[in-house]
Amino acid sequence: MAGDRAASTDPDALSWYEATARQRVVALADPGSFREVLPPTERRMSPHLPLFDLPRAFDDGIVVGRATLDGSPILIAAQEGRFMGGAFGEVHGAKLVGLLRAALELKPKAVLILFDTGGVRLQEANAGETAIAETMRAIVDVRAAGIPVVGLIGGRAGCYGGGGLIAGTCSRLAVSEGGRISVSGPEVIETNKGAEEFDSRDRALVWRTMGGKHRRLTGGADAFCADTVSAFRHAALDLIDQAPSFDLETLEAEQARLESRIARFGDCRDATDLWRRLGVNDPETVPAMDTDAFAATVARIREADHDAR
Amino acid sequence: MESLTFRHTTKKPLAGSLPNAITGVVASGNLEILLERVLPPDACEIAIETPIAGYGDVWEAVVADFVARAQPGGLRISINDGGARPDTVSLRLLQGARLMEA
Amino acid sequence: MTLAEILGSLFPDGHSVTVQDGLVAGSGPFAGGNLAIVGIDGDTPLGVDGALTLARSVLDTVRAGGRTPILVMVDSDSQRMSRRDELLGLNECLAHLAKALLLADRSGHPTIGLIYGHSAAGAFIATALATRILAALPGADPSVMDLPSVARVTKLPLDRLKEMAKSTPVFAPGLDNMVATGAVHVVLDPQKPLNGQIGNLIAELDSGDVRDRLGAERGGRPVARAIAEAVVDQARGG
Repeated sequence: MAGDRAASTDPDALSWYEATARQRVVALADPGSFREVLPPTERRMSPHLPLFDLPRAFDDGIVVGRATLDGSPILIAAQEGRFMGGAFGEVHGAKLVGLLRAALELKPKAVLILFDTGGVRLQEANAGETAIAETMRAIVDVRAAGIPVVGLIGGRAGCYGGGGLIAGTCSRLAVSEGGRISVSGPEVIETNKGAEEFDSRDRALVWRTMGGKHRRLTGGADAFCADTVSAFRHAALDLIDQAPSFDLETLEAEQARLESRIARFGDCRDATDLWRRLGVNDPETVPAMDTDAFAATVARIREADHDAR
Repeated sequence: MESLTFRHTTKKPLAGSLPNAITGVVASGNLEILLERVLPPDACEIAIETPIAGYGDVWEAVVADFVARAQPGGLRISINDGGARPDTVSLRLLQGARLMEA
Repeated sequence: MTLAEILGSLFPDGHSVTVQDGLVAGSGPFAGGNLAIVGIDGDTPLGVDGALTLARSVLDTVRAGGRTPILVMVDSDSQRMSRRDELLGLNECLAHLAKALLLADRSGHPTIGLIYGHSAAGAFIATALATRILAALPGADPSVMDLPSVARVTKLPLDRLKEMAKSTPVFAPGLDNMVATGAVHVVLDPQKPLNGQIGNLIAELDSGDVRDRLGAERGGRPVARAIAEAVVDQARGG
């Protein structure tokens, strides 16, 4: 559907952070290959938002469909972070679950999930929460069938709450500077535990604790991208070919990796301490590093790369 | 929520052959517009869902102005409004028309 | 029912289940074999340490082979909310626990959840909701967020939310709503022996994820199943 056409620009120049979900999908996939499923014209909207006097979106804030990536068939989903914070509602969640079930039948080369979510949509909390659980089960089914599920995270809503758990279920994750991954959000931690525990207005703290660079350094994400669609496209292509299998061996390795992380860094007060212990020289400079400098830093950190996800 | 519908007759159909297009996002101060080429060539319908009631006159004026300028014959235009200002609405409508003309 | 009462009803001949720092582990004789137990007790929040401890137990059961079912018992708070947990990758640790349960279920160890107390948000997703079938005892209180917090975040009056909660199960906390949504499959009878009821659940397990079908039948999620099916249809039809 057009809208994407006029908006789509050179993928090398199009900012992932600024783009809409549909723009990301159209620019990331092979040109002209994207076929949307349940497009806006079908008006499959939330049955619940009008009860709250809230406006609805024609696609309930998630774009799903088929495309090709370097000629290979993929299924792709992209959350619109600017609609209700990209949060999971009944229809939104069901579209993602349906896409994953379709993958079992169609056996694409990969499923790509473009996360941009604050977690569960409170107005549809029970439906959103259940859909998140269904999504995690469905991802495991797809992975066990030998189909990689790759998550891409770099939008303004980040990847919070249940979204963070779904991300942890994926075969591989790519993240950019703008992306954050966390379970509890900064405001929720502050409301529950006080500003001393987490000052949610301290953006630098948020990014050190939950941001893309921290996740990449600790092995919480497998690739770090510049804020362009083509950077994410290249990362997706690489990661598809490096997907670990879903089996006992992989999970045993992940158990060891995560236990080791807690043992080594469990008493770190701040990310800067943790990065220092990881072996980063001048960890205070990490937040300001450009993509190339950061890539050079990551290359020297053992924990960053693994097959245990 | 308030629902508004405006129907107009145009002098001519909108150029182009694209069957549909979408632009904008439902967010604070923004709106989403879906355009579908499904009506007779001299007819235009704009349907609006908005959480802010009481601005029917403003919507009517913005829509009438857009119809006069763009002559969007044949289009059914559906809007999910997130509380956009009139100038943002005008801009999006024109963007949408331009997409459909391509 | 308390944890001790539940364990007594599951294992009339005794068991080896222990609780340490709110984490439950062990097993007992069951239906000619064993039933493995993991869980959280005492409304305890689930952080990186607890998640990895529970995952360890689950993976040990898988490593041991056999077909021992795993009962996941839940009386937890939400995920532990702290700078430390997020710094150390709570999302990975909670997802890892869910994956361990999902792996176990695929590897011949049917997973059954039993929520008997509280649970919320990330802890609920990583434990109870990661099982093949989720049972509850009356009085259990699963939630995403409490209504006063929902009122604060959505800026809607609490009275209005309480009113809406009566007629729409899709957002308000509470066991009945989680049953209507399809997240909870069944509520057990505390007056009858639990080992028989759990045994029946294991014997009657569906192989697929039936939660959206339940949500449609019970009215808690009127459209989810149809939407998912429509996506599969359209994706297939090209």
